[in-house]
Amino acid sequence: MPKDTGIGASPKRREDVRFLTGKGRYTDDINVAGQAHVVFLRSDVAHGTINGIDTAAAEAMEGVVGVFTAMDFDGVGGIPCGWQITDREGNPMQEPKHPILAEGKVRHVGDPIAAVVAESVSIARDACEAIEVDITSLPAVMDMKKAVQADAPKVHDDLTSNLCYDWGFVEDNRQAVDDAIKSAAHVTTLELVNNRLIANPMEPRVAVGDYARHDDSSTLYTTSQNPHVIRLLMGAFVLGIPEHKLRVVAPDVGGGFGTKIFHYAEEAFCTFAAKQLERPVKWTASRSEAFMSDAHGRDHVTKIELALDADNNFTAVRTETYANMGAYLSTFAPSVPTWLHGTLMAGNYKTPLVYVNVKAVFTNTVPVDAYRGAGRPEATFQLERVVDKAARELGIDPVELRRQNFIREFPYQTPVAVEYDTGDYDATMDKLLEMIDRDGFEARRKESESRGKLRGLGINCYIEACGIAPSKLVGQLGARAGLYESATVRVNATGGLVVMTGSHSHGQGHETSFPQVIADMIGINEDQIEIVHGDTANAPMGMGTYGSRSLAVGGSAMFRATEKIIAKAKKIAAHIMEASDEDIELKDGKFTVAGTDKELAWGDVTLAAYVPHNYPLEDLEPGLEETAFYDPNNFTYPAGAYACEVEVDPETGFVEVLSFAAADDFGNVVNPMIVEGQVHGGLAQGIGQALFENCAYDEDGQLLSASYMDYTMPRAKDLPMFQVDHSCATPCTHNPLGVKGCGEAGAIGSPPSIVNGVLDALASGGHDVGHIDMPLTPAKVWAAMQGTGGTGDGTAHARSVGGPAKNV
Amino acid sequence: MTKVTMTVNGKTRTAEAEGRTLLAEWLREGVRLTGTHIGCDTSQCGACVVHVNGEAVKACSVLAQEIDGAEVTTVEGMANADGSLGVIQQAFQDYHGLQCGFCTPGMVMSTAALLKDNPQPTEAEVRHYLEGNICRCTGYHNIVKAVMAASGQQVAPVAAE
Repeated sequence: MPKDTGIGASPKRREDVRFLTGKGRYTDDINVAGQAHVVFLRSDVAHGTINGIDTAAAEAMEGVVGVFTAMDFDGVGGIPCGWQITDREGNPMQEPKHPILAEGKVRHVGDPIAAVVAESVSIARDACEAIEVDITSLPAVMDMKKAVQADAPKVHDDLTSNLCYDWGFVEDNRQAVDDAIKSAAHVTTLELVNNRLIANPMEPRVAVGDYARHDDSSTLYTTSQNPHVIRLLMGAFVLGIPEHKLRVVAPDVGGGFGTKIFHYAEEAFCTFAAKQLERPVKWTASRSEAFMSDAHGRDHVTKIELALDADNNFTAVRTETYANMGAYLSTFAPSVPTWLHGTLMAGNYKTPLVYVNVKAVFTNTVPVDAYRGAGRPEATFQLERVVDKAARELGIDPVELRRQNFIREFPYQTPVAVEYDTGDYDATMDKLLEMIDRDGFEARRKESESRGKLRGLGINCYIEACGIAPSKLVGQLGARAGLYESATVRVNATGGLVVMTGSHSHGQGHETSFPQVIADMIGINEDQIEIVHGDTANAPMGMGTYGSRSLAVGGSAMFRATEKIIAKAKKIAAHIMEASDEDIELKDGKFTVAGTDKELAWGDVTLAAYVPHNYPLEDLEPGLEETAFYDPNNFTYPAGAYACEVEVDPETGFVEVLSFAAADDFGNVVNPMIVEGQVHGGLAQGIGQALFENCAYDEDGQLLSASYMDYTMPRAKDLPMFQVDHSCATPCTHNPLGVKGCGEAGAIGSPPSIVNGVLDALASGGHDVGHIDMPLTPAKVWAAMQGTGGTGDGTAHARSVGGPAKNV
Repeated sequence: MTKVTMTVNGKTRTAEAEGRTLLAEWLREGVRLTGTHIGCDTSQCGACVVHVNGEAVKACSVLAQEIDGAEVTTVEGMANADGSLGVIQQAFQDYHGLQCGFCTPGMVMSTAALLKDNPQPTEAEVRHYLEGNICRCTGYHNIVKAVMAASGQQVAPVAAE
């Protein structure tokens, strides 16, 4: 019987009512009295020297309030990077300045050159067109491998090269891995691209800066996943505003997916200009602007080698990756291809030796940073593709090859630093196979074949590290911040609770799921609990929402604060009922004394806390409000097994996704409805990466995919209904809720399923093409099929359940 | 600037518009109905879908001055008279057909237009009709279920138990 309240229930989301009736309050819905509007003049060349900027005509236009260029930012810091990587030689990464407006050079299409503040957006836009910029174009640095050659033009003249860092992990394993690969019975090698993506939350970024003359304080309203982080970075490193004079508000935010983690120049500009002009300044990105100014994601070029012994045990993995940083270092950028990627290269397997080399490269493109999954999709894609390829080369069942190498003993210390606390990879694989009727695949494949279509089955596993993270560990790894989370639980006199959390909800439904946890702990109704987030004026310092961390870290902080509340409330109850603290029990919102019939309602105790007439004032302060900061001692490790069936039209190369199944282990689940929704959304983004989405530049650095006409977003007709399951739960062993996080899994696990499935379909038609780089557009699939023919040995999955398939 | 008057959700509303002011901008800034969202600048995303004289229209593809005098319905006009959620809105909540809420107004308005023309659409028809509405959060799974449910058809419960 499903629960209808508390942990494990799926109550309807309370935030939905305002969203469904048009009463949401997104940043662009906020207008501050007297505000002016800013429009940025952005570079239309990828790389060039700025010889001069003539703003006179713009400044003379009626309605223009101010025109800004880099010259107006003397003494203002650059946009900081929050993570420092140390290279193989022990040197810090190369870290260029990222000015608010371009200084001397433009370095990517979209790099802001000047800003016009005016009475209206229209006037500002017109005035931007009146600015004359004299730029000498320079050759664009686009190809990562060419960019690190000695004669390559440099993105940053003051750096020694375009190489941000050359990172080895674990460097001490390098020789052992080389030796293992040399002596292996079989080595499968794969070169692949993890395609560059654009996160595309549906709400474009917006910033409204405001300045109060009376107390010299600034307020920034912004579309952020982590307002406290923005306050710290912008206040301390860019504008020099102390945190007590700076308030950052992130109200309803229309999706983030990582790209709204980072501190952006436009936020600093609006805050700065509001003070300069003593007027609120608002910026709303157009979608075209979002494409060329939101941090992009992925963009790795990798060679991976998997070594196996004669019994098909994995003995070593070696990778070499070129990771695009873009033109500047965005907030988390250096950590994505390193600590969020290298540490996952053991995957679900007991491979004893792993060596990961990453060369991070500056190019004349938009900065690249975390996008849903961030590093973990790249790791999963490499591993799950190379394992599938190895199975094909060795002529064995790809599921059995995986199973043979599964980690089965926990905790498990990987050779890549992290320790998996718990998991059961056989359980999710068993569940998956049950969900997809693998034995029936061959019949379905034949049915497709009878219609002239090639059907394929793609299966893979994934593991990820989320709930980031232990501050101590990330500090050692180069993070310039801690990664705890905070919560203040304020109990009001009449028994209701306000929970102020440093986590931020931008679609995840925290306002609904967080109260479920507290309601269970106290035994009161969820509607007595209000979640407040997204405002540095209310919530204690928190690190925000990304890396599937909100419930695992933020929820745990809230749990700890509520434990403190309950402990204090029990002392008050003990005093009133003249009993000992230890004898007090709290259940269903009532305090009872063990072994007696005495009881006291929750509301009686909360009232006593604020009207302390009969109260132990000598031992206890009045009031009932507690704060907790929770810093986990490990990451969490969600894992699972995914599968899809696809049909390829051999005439056109068009791929249709017929079904997709996901069996996930998220540990304990608080709200199954929300968890399933998160997986659905992640799957759509992963399938989007595999089949449709690609951020394309030409060789001159022009962004070709700069609108929804050119960047293919998955639409309703492109996707099937999903089968999702989270019943194989191994609760996290080190957080009080036993939860792992579910936000990114779908996007991490699904790209290899699709590619494995399409390659399986092609193989069933005799086209053993080895690999096709994402996105698998009809043109690419068709072209791959033309290059091969007649030599394939059929679908790997058909082989495992009834012998090789016949070629069409 | 020209004064433009429309009947919005049953009320007469007047606000100024430049020649280039889009209906979406006029609704948001002119009459401060911010439920209609702007998610792109190429009429691709559908977040701004409203009904103009009974037809679903992307409000970023119409100039406000062009439709002076029109009857417009926005997401703010979709609740029941007593303020409770309308049938479509309720189905979106019941089936978790929204997450961040940004595409939701357009989804609700497109769904209303679909069900007016096709009261019992198939899953394929729903997916085809919603091609002009992009959602980045839900993978459309629960949106499709919500639309089917709003049309009175039986759908699977929201979370597999």
